[in-house]
Amino acid sequence: MIYLNLFITFFKIGLFTFGGGYAMISLIQNEVVVNHQWIDAAEFTDIIAISQMTPGPIGINSATYVGYAVTDSVWGSALATFAVCLPSFIIILLIAFLYKQFKENKWTEAALNGIKPVVIGLIASAAIMLVTPENFPDWKSWIIFLGAFAATWWGKLNPIKVIVAAGILGYILY
Amino acid sequence: MNQYLQLFSSFAKIGSFTIGGGYAMIPLIKAEVVDKKKWVTDNEFIDFLAISQSAPGILAINISIFIGEKLKGTKGSIIAALGTALPSFIMILLIAMFFQTFRENRIVNSIFAGIRPAVVALIAVPLISLSKGANLNRYTSLIPVISVLLIVFLEISPIWVIIAGALLGLFHYFLTKRGHINNNKKENG
Repeated sequence: MIYLNLFITFFKIGLFTFGGGYAMISLIQNEVVVNHQWIDAAEFTDIIAISQMTPGPIGINSATYVGYAVTDSVWGSALATFAVCLPSFIIILLIAFLYKQFKENKWTEAALNGIKPVVIGLIASAAIMLVTPENFPDWKSWIIFLGAFAATWWGKLNPIKVIVAAGILGYILY
Repeated sequence: MNQYLQLFSSFAKIGSFTIGGGYAMIPLIKAEVVDKKKWVTDNEFIDFLAISQSAPGILAINISIFIGEKLKGTKGSIIAALGTALPSFIMILLIAMFFQTFRENRIVNSIFAGIRPAVVALIAVPLISLSKGANLNRYTSLIPVISVLLIVFLEISPIWVIIAGALLGLFHYFLTKRGHINNNKKENG
């Protein structure tokens, strides 16, 4: 049952995402590309690129895209997007109710302190797992990688400009 | 204007105009709900933000649920989250409908061949500042390394790695807390 699978998968992704969009990439990748093989690594990379260039959170964008790609229907898209947001509703509404206790809870803080260094590992894994033969077919792609890295880190260029520049380079080089 | 409609249009506006994900949205959300609409105070907003960051899920959705809930209860939270999600949902849906055919195009293909390695670089860059900000010591710096080994080479789900991290944090707190009690006992005795 593809719809049920889609729902469970994105519910899990929503429930276990800590540390923002980039950390979420690793979870989505593990579920969607590695476990279910709904899309391949190259298409997943394209979704991330599209998410960076279009408005909205990457979690919503990838749920919407994958939901459609898997079911070929708007309903699949809507279901995956709903599923990725549902844990937030349950948890935030609960927290809003128990506001004070949550804010000052030392155990919550301790668990989050343990998750923090893991998040760094998650983002590193996402980057490493995207280094595939489809994404890096030749030396030219490594030049683009190094250029994009330098432009973002030292040049402080914003991601949209980096993607546009890389797209132009791709058009010229390939 | 009806307050539900206001909530929806405020968050839809934020959802339509912030490119680059959750963190790019924060200043816009603050400008709209604190400075312009005065729905929440500065202090409340800082609290909401801190809790939204520690709770699981999509940051922008979490904050909109909080603000919607404060204003209009559960119904308000649904309206606010819908406002945040709907613009990207519609846009990505349109892209998804055409992109799969579009991808076969030779020009599109070569453009994306250039973009893909750049995307990997965009994900790798924040690692530097994150590692600096996390104040890792000789032992805690092993945690990201072990996480990578588990996820990339053993193909263990990141979910288990996150749960393990949380347990490690709790265990560490438990040990230091017990250490304190023992030390206090020694001092008192």
